Amino acid sequence: MAETEQHEGKGIISAINGPVIKGTNMTTFKMREMVMVGKNRLIGEVIVLDGNIGTIQVYEETEGLKTGEEITPTGRPLSLKLGPGMLKNMFDGIQRPLEKILEISPIFIPEGIGLMSIDEKKLWDVTISVKIGDVLLPGTIFGSVQETKVIENRLMVPPNISGKVIEVSPIGSYTINDVLVKIQDEKNEIHELKMAHEWPVRTPRPSAYRQETLVPLITGQRVIDIFFPIAKGGTTAIPGGFGTGKTITQHQLAKWSDADIIVYIGCGERGNEMTEVIEDFPKIIDPKSGQSIMERTVLIANTSNMPVAAREASIYTGVTIAEYFRDMGYAVAMMADSTSRWAEALREISGRLEEMPAEEGYPAYLPSRIAEFYERAGSFETLGGDEGSITIIGAVSPAGGDFSEPVTENTKRFVNVFLALDKNLAYARHYPAINWLESYSGYIKILSDWYEDNVAPDCISLRNKMLELLYEENKLQEMVMLVGEDVLPDDQRWVLEIAKIVKVGYLQQNAYDKEDTYVPLEKQYAMLKSIEYLYEKGRSGLKLGIPTSQLKDSDIFSQFIKMKYTIPNDDLSGIDRLKETVDIYYDELFKKYEN
Amino acid sequence: MKRDYLKIDKVIGPLIQISDVDDVFYGEVVDIVDNITGKVKKGKVIKIEGKNVVIQVFQSTSGLAAGNSTIKFTGESFQLPMSLDLQGRIFNGIGEPIDNGSDVFSMVEANINGRPINPTAREYPRDFIQTGISSIDTLATLIRGQKLPIFSGNGLTHNELAAQIVKQAQLGDNVDEAFGIVFAAIGVKHDDENFFRKSFDEANVMDRVVMFVNYADDPVAERITTPRCALTAAEYLAFEKNMHILVVMTDITSYCEALREISSAREEVPSRKGYPGYMYSDLASLYERAGMLKDRKGSITLLPILTMPNDDITHPIADLTGYITEGQIVLGRDLFQRSIYPPVAVLPSLSRLMKDGIGEGFTREDHADVANQLFASYSRVQEVRDLSQIIGEDDLSDTDKKFMDFGRAFEAQFLNQAFDESRDILESLDLGWHLLSILPLSELDRLSPENIDKYFPKEK
Ligand SMILES: Nc1ncnc2c1ncn2[C@@H]1O[C@H](COP(=O)(O)OP(=O)(O)O)[C@@H](O)[C@H]1O
Ligand SMILES: [Mg+2]
Repeated sequence: MAETEQHEGKGIISAINGPVIKGTNMTTFKMREMVMVGKNRLIGEVIVLDGNIGTIQVYEETEGLKTGEEITPTGRPLSLKLGPGMLKNMFDGIQRPLEKILEISPIFIPEGIGLMSIDEKKLWDVTISVKIGDVLLPGTIFGSVQETKVIENRLMVPPNISGKVIEVSPIGSYTINDVLVKIQDEKNEIHELKMAHEWPVRTPRPSAYRQETLVPLITGQRVIDIFFPIAKGGTTAIPGGFGTGKTITQHQLAKWSDADIIVYIGCGERGNEMTEVIEDFPKIIDPKSGQSIMERTVLIANTSNMPVAAREASIYTGVTIAEYFRDMGYAVAMMADSTSRWAEALREISGRLEEMPAEEGYPAYLPSRIAEFYERAGSFETLGGDEGSITIIGAVSPAGGDFSEPVTENTKRFVNVFLALDKNLAYARHYPAINWLESYSGYIKILSDWYEDNVAPDCISLRNKMLELLYEENKLQEMVMLVGEDVLPDDQRWVLEIAKIVKVGYLQQNAYDKEDTYVPLEKQYAMLKSIEYLYEKGRSGLKLGIPTSQLKDSDIFSQFIKMKYTIPNDDLSGIDRLKETVDIYYDELFKKYEN
Repeated sequence: MKRDYLKIDKVIGPLIQISDVDDVFYGEVVDIVDNITGKVKKGKVIKIEGKNVVIQVFQSTSGLAAGNSTIKFTGESFQLPMSLDLQGRIFNGIGEPIDNGSDVFSMVEANINGRPINPTAREYPRDFIQTGISSIDTLATLIRGQKLPIFSGNGLTHNELAAQIVKQAQLGDNVDEAFGIVFAAIGVKHDDENFFRKSFDEANVMDRVVMFVNYADDPVAERITTPRCALTAAEYLAFEKNMHILVVMTDITSYCEALREISSAREEVPSRKGYPGYMYSDLASLYERAGMLKDRKGSITLLPILTMPNDDITHPIADLTGYITEGQIVLGRDLFQRSIYPPVAVLPSLSRLMKDGIGEGFTREDHADVANQLFASYSRVQEVRDLSQIIGEDDLSDTDKKFMDFGRAFEAQFLNQAFDESRDILESLDLGWHLLSILPLSELDRLSPENIDKYFPKEK
């Protein structure tokens, strides 16, 4: 691209303040247009236009930039290239592949490497499913590519085009830029359909209509699946101070959720955590497909030391990719760790724009941005007539661990599941440190049919009963802290004993244990049911006047606490045997007292 | 040829403003030359608005005035010469020698701001570093390439602890692996710097130490560059020269205060407690320079020390640090008051990387179990202590009384250790089992039956 005419149609840099720069001579630029800034052609986006002065946020390090250098328009908004080649890969906040960047520059990420996206040279074996004369509407699937071992990439007519097929390429291998099909629209305009198309990150992709979400996202995590379930197409926030387990929980969800596609965004967090994902995920086998979970995963990384403006964009990049797979008819789950860093990026840019701050320096539009983001989740009928969904799970990192700060508060307004992580639980190494008193799921009601049909008719009532037991335990603990446990009557002490099993043996789930890291629903239910069995046994004993000290057999209790490790996920007969042990012990004990 | 500028419009704290400037770049280094003495101060362009430029001066701005200095733009970003000869030398916060030695000459110059490490270039750190300190090795294990800060409070024994780690840590697997230490003193008292220098001497590592020192009475703005110079040296030694580098950095609190001072001089919208909204990203641009790389042998292990104002772990400095680093070693005032050294408050302490660096083949198979059990039991001790405050220790249940005993023994024998005592990890784990055996087996629900069989002390 030769720069011949002096400044023709180009802006001139007039001010530089960190990631925010200003330019003059920008009357012909458009709001939200992607631009190339300065000699090094840094990538930026126009965020304010005021007469001939434009303000640009720059997605790369601005050190070295000079006033007087040019700002080159690109004529299009910040967009992604959506096509095969995203799965199994990791991209930065504006969809540049980090492996490719590593080839250009070892170790460190330099500025000025330009725009790049999914691999344009790779050949894909394409199947085309339309023929000349077919009428294609926006979102119609016209062919497919086996993108990974488990995911078929369904090639779609972009949302804004339709027409009649006039030309079809023969079956064969193509790159993402090759023309596969040509269609002619009503205005006789001809459109080329390729494997990939571009889409602006800040515009939600259209769908036919929004549906109700009636199916849970099964995560294999007991406290979530049984106590605070997430619906497919639902929204979840995981707030917690540092070290409480946000990232591990997000990793667990990315590893084990029964979604078709996972989009994982490391937004302003640690570099090593993304490295860990790249090293570990390929080794983990998805229980659903029998293949590595990487086969269904797209990774986005803007680590905390990468440019802050790209952090702001990374969230939109992620959700746009999620929508792209949704439009193929997939159930997508998207994790963002952490949405607070995105909010802080908004705050930083806003500060440099000298906007009036609202709470804690955050801009007044923070709540509406959060709302817009979570509203991109949902269950949909796609334009192509399939069903697809996006589940969004956002970690929140409250300053000082205090949930009353603006990001947590405003997130709480727009999500339906709230998994509150608790510092004290984490200190006691109760993981996942999800506080069962503060957390909630707004999906219990609409999902209860599913649980009753697919798990057990009493699944939800069992859950409610055990949650109540935990509530009662909490009240009793307050009393214990005043007077000691010995003073409590036996029935209350029995509640404390059973609650301990629920907490240690059930709610605690070790992400690093081979057996416990993922637990199928059947076992989740059977475990809780067996604890209830023990609870009720003891209550019958109490009626006979048996003291708690007798009811609590330390060997049986220890078997309950360890059943998550000792009973294999694929063979639950151990739970029946445990119940038999309970029967034998209590029958004998009861006999003694009945006489 | 670059123009010189003679007129300073405004001096605001560490910042100066000049106008009518052309052809400078963002981040460019400037020399501010005193017209009379010829002395040079350094600064950096931090904002350009049309022809007006804001410069952050790294030395004191006192005495700077409209007509007494000449400002020269150097056309360079902030670079330091890099060489193996940095070792054994002492520099100030902008990388100038202060040990009467000669300047460092090298063809290799590195930008002190560094650039973000590509996450695909990293290797996930997994190698155990034995510090010889039971509480750390067992419960918050340090891993080579980790960033693990010490959260301390004024007057606590963090310097001693850091010095002990420097002395005892086995950084390389074997002796041929080169290791080195980079020390960044940010706004520290002369006493503290002296203490470290002495302990490096005693550990016989002075010729492997690169020191960057900004004293408490040195210019505040230089605190911004001190850790950057240090990390640049560390990156060079680790990633160009394949050395295992331990970076000790103290006191991050002084660093953050300097950041706040500059931010307020720039009239930026503050976030919590007056600290700038970008403090998280700024701290990350330091801490994230630690790590290991796939195709380099060296590593940077980062041990920042910060003193929590009011011992408050939710204070922004500690809070934002904890959000970036891979865990934290928290020191507790109550332990310190009871003369326990090192006063490691184990419950809020955490090493996020220990899970992959411990266990069979690394330390010992029972390590995770022992650690979990010690955490769980000691956390129970806290509850029992609260209860005993109310109803008296005599009225506690028998089990609770055992927890009281365990708590005392744990603090006196496990946490407490001499400044020159190094315990190897097996010794620490055995001590853990010994202490756990104070408790009834039925209370030890984090230990696997196999490990109990093998390690639980039989005769009691
Ligand atoms: N489910 C879990 N099982 C075992 N350990 C966990 C679990 N969740 C969290 N942890 C522990 O807590 C530490 C901090 O968790 P992390 O997710 O990194 O916290 P956050 O992202 O909230 O700062 C981890 O390094 C790990 O030791
Ligand atoms: Mg995290």
